[in-house]
Amino acid sequence: MLGALTQLLIFQLAGEVIARGLALPIPGPVLGMLFLFVALLLRGGPPPALQTTSQNLLQHLSLLFVPAGTGIMVHLHRVADEWLPLALSLLISTAATLIVTALVMKLCSRPPTGQAS
Amino acid sequence: MTQDIGQIWVYLSASPLLGLTITLLAYQGAFWIYQRSGHNPLANPVLIAVAALVLFLSLTGTTYETYFAGAQFVHFLLGPATVALAIPLYTQFRRVRSMLLPVLAGLLAGSLTAIVSAVLVARLFGASSATQLSLAPKSVTTPIAMGIAERIGGIPSLTAVLVIVTGILGAVGARFVFDAIKVRDPAVRGFAIGIASHGIGTARAFQVSEQSGAFAALAMGMNGALTALLVPAIAGWLSN
Repeated sequence: MLGALTQLLIFQLAGEVIARGLALPIPGPVLGMLFLFVALLLRGGPPPALQTTSQNLLQHLSLLFVPAGTGIMVHLHRVADEWLPLALSLLISTAATLIVTALVMKLCSRPPTGQAS
Repeated sequence: MTQDIGQIWVYLSASPLLGLTITLLAYQGAFWIYQRSGHNPLANPVLIAVAALVLFLSLTGTTYETYFAGAQFVHFLLGPATVALAIPLYTQFRRVRSMLLPVLAGLLAGSLTAIVSAVLVARLFGASSATQLSLAPKSVTTPIAMGIAERIGGIPSLTAVLVIVTGILGAVGARFVFDAIKVRDPAVRGFAIGIASHGIGTARAFQVSEQSGAFAALAMGMNGALTALLVPAIAGWLSN
């Protein structure tokens, strides 16, 4: 587990260094994800320890958003002042994004395989 | 080595210990409720945990800064967790490759919709310009969104909160939206939820199925990169 965690941190560090060094708009961890993905393609799959550690980490992905979410207490004033535009913007925009993305994908998909042949 | 551990302990117990412990307690309590509800999206664990923490901190008069000194250890793990998303992505790679066109089209359409609709609706209902700009990157994961907000003149810490609320809304509501428009493919559902509500949506998608989760992770990564390019490019137009 320790080795696997170190591997994840090394990929993140590499992503962080390259993103900042080349002033890329992509954040370090996302670039790190890309590097690890390429490494997995080259290697033909993750080592078992990395697989297990990642599963454990991702199982409680939602936990990791709790500290940032609690930051809402700092902005209670602004949120109280502008609650209507904020609430409507978030609700409408989130629903619209879900609908547009899903329908565009459906539209661009080929008919299900199996009917063709 | 033992001295190192001793030093870490002194550092932890000075005060960060409380923030860290209550974060884990609040989340586990919230997750227990979520499980007892039969994984009902309305009982979203992030929502319940955040509500409980805000209540606790307000009642005890603890500032967010004091709390975050401890909670940052959890917050830090977002980085390695993002990297770890490469693994489900790899597992589902064959399916992703066969859906290249719908994936790219969905990404572009969804990313633009998320940015433009958030800003326009807020403007229509009279939000201040700083608030509008803070809303623009709301559909991408926290660190990216905060970076974007800073660059275009929004308020990064407000953006962080809006990102979390967007994530919760998507995680809670996506199932009802997809059922209403009759979208059933777990890959499409996962991808759309990843575009609209980043990591919190992805966490929810993983709880539904591995395939949904992998597509959500892919969407979240791609949308993070695309939004980081798109928002600064159209920020001038957005703030007009």
